[in-house]
Amino acid sequence: MNNIGLFHFLFVSCALFFIGVYGFLTRRNLITMLMSVELILNSVNINFVAFNKFLYADKLDGLFFTIFIITIAAAEAAVAIAIIINLYRNHKTIDVEETDVMKF
Amino acid sequence: MNASTIIFYLLAASIIGGALMAVTSLKIFRSAVFLLFSLVGIAGLYFYLDYEFIGAVQVIVYVGGIVVLIIFSIFLTHGSGEDMKRPHWIRAIFSAVAAAFGCILTMFYISQYTFTTSGKPAIEPNAGNIGAQMLSTTDHGYILPFEVVSILLLAAMIGCIVIAIKVKIPPHEILAEKPEDDSVDESKNSEPLLANTQIEL
Repeated sequence: MNNIGLFHFLFVSCALFFIGVYGFLTRRNLITMLMSVELILNSVNINFVAFNKFLYADKLDGLFFTIFIITIAAAEAAVAIAIIINLYRNHKTIDVEETDVMKF
Repeated sequence: MNASTIIFYLLAASIIGGALMAVTSLKIFRSAVFLLFSLVGIAGLYFYLDYEFIGAVQVIVYVGGIVVLIIFSIFLTHGSGEDMKRPHWIRAIFSAVAAAFGCILTMFYISQYTFTTSGKPAIEPNAGNIGAQMLSTTDHGYILPFEVVSILLLAAMIGCIVIAIKVKIPPHEILAEKPEDDSVDESKNSEPLLANTQIEL
């Protein structure tokens, strides 16, 4: 309890991951679904950094994975928001239940 | 219970509480602000682990970039102050049960597992070491993913511009499209009128 070790970080990241999963399953709004995906990606980052710190302190590989995940998350968020704005321009809504034009 | 432990639990409470409020709040703007708290807490966790570079990158990219982008898109797509729809209760209950079950199962297996450390002396994770290894072309260098990611960012930037650009229809194309719509209803009358207007133009 007094010593903060690897397990504390893994529990935090595990809870964060499943909070993100819950948000992704319940939300029907594209922007809030994007926020849930960001939470999931961040929990993965915590995992990489904690493993690097506590298990493999002689290497930097966990840091590189974290940096690349942050980069790709930024690109993904930018493209997703461009798609959301374009969708809003065409449909006047970003609710995933109401944008079913291509549904057969 | 020393100060370091208290700081860790404060950061963890900020992360988990912010994330919970972000996925359950019905006002979308509040949801974005709670996401901000959660991301700042994660940056604090990186600083707590003495990884200053990752913490700084987290603050710059997530807090300064992605959350601001999300708030901008909320302003562009939502009226201010209107509530989102509450999720259907069956879906909410089943999602909560699935998430709680997965969380408990994963935590159980984590607590059962014994991790082995490499035991070698730690190297300093400062910006100099990170940059030297990232740009090195030797065995453990990351130059190839670095270049691939830079191309990915360029492609994402061009893709954003192409997707979100507003195409303005030039006026002569609108004139050319109009007779097709009218000809369905009154095919006989519209043609001489159109011929007249074109001569006048």
